[in-house]
Amino acid sequence: MTVNVKTFPRLADAASALSSERGARYLAGGTLVMRAVNEADPAIETIVRSTDPSLLHIAVSSGRVELGAGVTMAAVLAERDLAFLHPVARAVGSPAIREAATVGGNLFSPRGDFATVLLVLDATVMLVGGGQRELPLDDFLARRERSSALVSSIAFRRPAADALRFAKVTRVHPRGMSVLSIAAQLPIASGKIAGARIAYNGMDHRPVRAKAAERALENHTLDAAGIASALSVATDGTSPVDDAIASAWWRREILPIYLRRLLLGAVRQ
Amino acid sequence: MKTPIQFRLNGEEVAAFADSGANLLDVLRESVGDLSVKGGCWQGTCGSCTVLIDGAPRLSCLTLAESCANKSVETVAGLRRGADLHPLQIAFMDRFAAQCGYCTPGMLMAAKALLNRNPNPSREDVIEAIAGNICRCTGYEPIIQAVLDAARSGERRRA
Amino acid sequence: MLELRKEIFADERDDNLKEVGQPTQRQDMLGHVTGTSAYYDDHRLAGLLHLKVLRSLHAHARIRSIDDSAAARAPGVKRIIRAADVPVNLNTLLSLIQFGKDDEPSLATDVVRYKGEPILGVVATSEHAARQALDLVRVSYDPLPAVFDVEEALKPGAPSVNAIYPKNTFEYYDKYDHQKLRFGDVEAGFAQADLLVEERYQMSPIEHAPVETNGSIAVPDTNGRFVVYTSTQALFFSLDTAAKINAMPSNQLHFIGGTVGGGFGGKVDTLTEPLAILAARLTGAPVRYRLSRHEEMQFGSPRGAERIYIKDGVMRDGRILAREVRAYFDSGAYTRLSSYAAVKCAAHIPGPYTIPNVHADVFCVFTNRTPSTAMRGFGVTALDFALECQMDKLAVAIGMDPIEFRILNAYRDGDMKAHRREAKNCALIECAQVAAEKANWPIREEFRRMSSRQGGGVTRTGGGADRTPARVTPAATTTGPPQRVAYERPAAAAPAHPPPPAPPRSAPPAAPAPAGSTHGAPRFSSVFGTRRR
Repeated sequence: MTVNVKTFPRLADAASALSSERGARYLAGGTLVMRAVNEADPAIETIVRSTDPSLLHIAVSSGRVELGAGVTMAAVLAERDLAFLHPVARAVGSPAIREAATVGGNLFSPRGDFATVLLVLDATVMLVGGGQRELPLDDFLARRERSSALVSSIAFRRPAADALRFAKVTRVHPRGMSVLSIAAQLPIASGKIAGARIAYNGMDHRPVRAKAAERALENHTLDAAGIASALSVATDGTSPVDDAIASAWWRREILPIYLRRLLLGAVRQ
Repeated sequence: MKTPIQFRLNGEEVAAFADSGANLLDVLRESVGDLSVKGGCWQGTCGSCTVLIDGAPRLSCLTLAESCANKSVETVAGLRRGADLHPLQIAFMDRFAAQCGYCTPGMLMAAKALLNRNPNPSREDVIEAIAGNICRCTGYEPIIQAVLDAARSGERRRA
Repeated sequence: MLELRKEIFADERDDNLKEVGQPTQRQDMLGHVTGTSAYYDDHRLAGLLHLKVLRSLHAHARIRSIDDSAAARAPGVKRIIRAADVPVNLNTLLSLIQFGKDDEPSLATDVVRYKGEPILGVVATSEHAARQALDLVRVSYDPLPAVFDVEEALKPGAPSVNAIYPKNTFEYYDKYDHQKLRFGDVEAGFAQADLLVEERYQMSPIEHAPVETNGSIAVPDTNGRFVVYTSTQALFFSLDTAAKINAMPSNQLHFIGGTVGGGFGGKVDTLTEPLAILAARLTGAPVRYRLSRHEEMQFGSPRGAERIYIKDGVMRDGRILAREVRAYFDSGAYTRLSSYAAVKCAAHIPGPYTIPNVHADVFCVFTNRTPSTAMRGFGVTALDFALECQMDKLAVAIGMDPIEFRILNAYRDGDMKAHRREAKNCALIECAQVAAEKANWPIREEFRRMSSRQGGGVTRTGGGADRTPARVTPAATTTGPPQRVAYERPAAAAPAHPPPPAPPRSAPPAAPAPAGSTHGAPRFSSVFGTRRR
C-alpha cells in the first residue's frame, strides 16, 4: 500500500485535511517527511501539501519581517534585506538541502538551527486550522508534538544592526549536523546589555531560551568581566541528550566555551 | 495507487505512472529509465542522487516526484551535447576525480549548479558547493581541482 | 607530482617498462563521468520483486516464537522466507578454502547473536510493501546475557556467543585458540633492556560506508540458471558461497559484477546474494535484495575492532631487544574473515624491524557485535598504527630521533625474521631516508648512508660504491659502538626438522589432485603453516 498524496491550493484546506485524515503528515521541503516515507514509516498514510502562494511570501518592512512557512533557506539567502539571517541560513545543510528546507519545516526539526535564531528574535508563528491564531514561538515549540495545526507564517522584529549573533558547533566542516548551536541578540544601551536573548539548539529536545544566562547579562558590559556570571549559569535549565553526534556530558562541557566566544565576538563563521 | 507524472528531463518531455508518494530518484531510475542518477541513502545525507530542478540543485531521493510536474529536471545523462563532453566531464577525467564513480553523477550536478550561478568560483565556493556530496574514494581534492579547471576552461571535447 | 627514485636499487631492476611510471586513464572513467558505468542495480527488469529482511532487535536472545501470518497476507507480499527454507543454513565464507567451520546461518533459527541479525525475509512487489509487511511480523525474544568486549569475552563465565566456538575464540587447526609467535626469549630481553615501554592501543569498528550499499539482483534465466547482478568485490567467492547455501551446482549461477560503488573490503561477505537467489527460486521472479543505509551501517560488516598490548624492551643506544604483543580481534558474533585477519596480524608482528626476541599471542574473539570483516589491509592496519605509535614512544623515551630510530632497527636483507624467514627485498630504510629528505627532516650522516642491503652495503644513489658498513655512534659510550643485531642464515642447507605437516582435514578429496591443481587452498601458506619454496 502506497502513501496517499493530497495537494491543496489553499492552505486552510490543507490544514483541514491534516487534522481530519488518518496518518496525515504535512510535506514542506521533504527533508524529514520524505525520508520517513522512503523508510515506510507506518505512521504516515497520507501526505498533505499545499501550493498556496502565501507560503513563499517574504515581507520586510522597517521594523518587521514576515516569512511564509514555505520560504526556503535558499530564498532567505537570495534576499538582501534578510542579510542578518544569512549566517544561519548558510549553516543549514548543503546547497541542495537549502533549496528544499523551509523556515516552517525547521520549526519541527529535532535540531533546528533556524528556529533557534527565530527564538532570540522573539518570533511569533501564525497557525491555521481551527481558525487562525498567533503564538509565541517558544510556546509553539513546547507543544509542537501535540499540535496538528499548520504553520502558515512566522513574524519577528528586525534586530538592531550587528545585534544578532549565531554560532554552529559542528565536527565536520563546512557541513555537518550541529553538536549544538547558539543564537544571541544583544542590544546595547548606554554601553550595557539591555534585553538580551540567548537560545540554544542541541541542549534539549528542542531549541530553548537560556533565561538564566539572559538574566545574568542584563545591565552588564559585553566584555570578559561582564559576561562572567552568565557563563557560570550557561547550562542552567538545559537537559542535553546523548546521541550519535555527541554525549550530553560533552555538550555541557563545551557550551560555556562557545557561548563565551560568541559573546566576545570571537567565533569563526 | 499510481499517479501520472509529466516533466521535462534533459530537455525532453517524459511521462510515467509512478507509485503515489514515490520520490523522484525512484521514478527516474525505475519508471523513466534514467539510470545515470544514483541512490546511496534515501535519507538526503550522501548527495549521490543530486539533480537539477529548474536549475537548482536538489536531492531527488527527498523530492516528491509529482511535485516536479511541468518542471525541468537535469541529470548526468544530459550533460554531454551529442558526442561532446561537458567541460566538467573532461575536467573530472583529466584530474582523475573519480575512482568507484558512484558519487560522480551527484558531484557533477552539484558542480554544474555552482558553475551555472558562479562561473568563476573560488576554491571555498567549490568546497561549499559539494559540501552535501560524500565521496569515500578520492579524498575530494581531485574533485575540487576538476571543478576549478572546468570553470577556467569552459572547453567542450569529444569523448 | 609523481617522482620516481629510479637510482635506488637500480641494479636489481629492469628499467625498460612502458606502462609502470606513466599516468594512465582508468578504463571506466568515461563511464563514470557520463553515468553509464553499470553498477549491479543499473538494470530495469519487468516484474522485479523486492526482498527485505527482519532483523534482531537484541544483541543476544533466544527466539521464542515468530508469527508471520499477518505479514504473509499483507498487500503486495509474494512470499515469506523462513530459516527452514534455506537449503544449507550454516556457512562460513572461508569454508571455500577449507579454513574454519560453518558457523553463521543465513537466517537465524533459535538464537540471535547480534543486533541486526537476519531472522526472516519478505518478498513483495515493492520495497515499500515489503517494509510495511515486516512491521507486521511478531517475534518474541528471551534476552540472554551479552558480551561486547574482547577481553570480557575471554573471562571464565562470559556468555558463550557462537555455538560452534563456545569458548568465544576461533580455533586454528581444530586445536589452538589463538595464533602464537615465539622467537628468542623476551623475558631475557626485558631483563637486559635499559627501558621498558608498555602500552595499550585500540581501534573501534570502522564502517566502510561505501556510497553504494551492498545489494544484488537474482534473475531466473532461460535454462534453469540464475543470473545474479551483484555489488560484490569477490565474484567467485560470492558465486561459490551462494551455490553452497542454495545447494546448487555452481554452474547454475551466472554472476555478473559491475563496477563496485565502493568496496574497501565491505563487499566480500556475500551478504545478499544467497537469499536473493533463494527468493528468485521460490517466486520464479527476479528479486532484488538491497541494503538500506541503516542496514549497511548496522548489519553490513565493519572493520573489526582491535585491542593491542605492546611491551618493548629497548636499549638507550636505540636497539629494541624484545617485543611482546598481545592482540585481540573482535570478530563479532561470527567468523567471516576475522580468522584470517588474526593470521595476517601474527604474520606482521613485530613490524618491519629486526628484533631478537619476539613473543606474540593473537586472538580472534567472538562477541555479540556485528560480525566484522576485511577492510583495507585488514589484520595489519591497526597493528601498524599500534606499532608505529609505539616506535615513536620508544624513540622519545630514549631521546633518539624517531626516523633514525626506525632506520636503526629496520630489517635488512638477510636478517632472520621472527617467523624464521629471511628478510628479502627490504626497503624501509630507503623510504625513510627519502621521506626525511622530502620533509626537510634532518637525520645524521651515518643514517643517511645506511642501507637495506645485506651487510648494510650502501644504497646506490648515483654516487660511488661506499662499502663502509653501517655503524651507529651513540651520544656517549664506554664500550665502543654497539652492533646492530643481524642474523645470519644457518650455514647448513638441511633444516633442523621437516616443515610441519598439513593440518588434518575431515574429508580428504576422493581422487588425488592432478599436479599443479591445488584448489587454491595450499597457496594460503600462512594459513596452513606450510612454506611455499
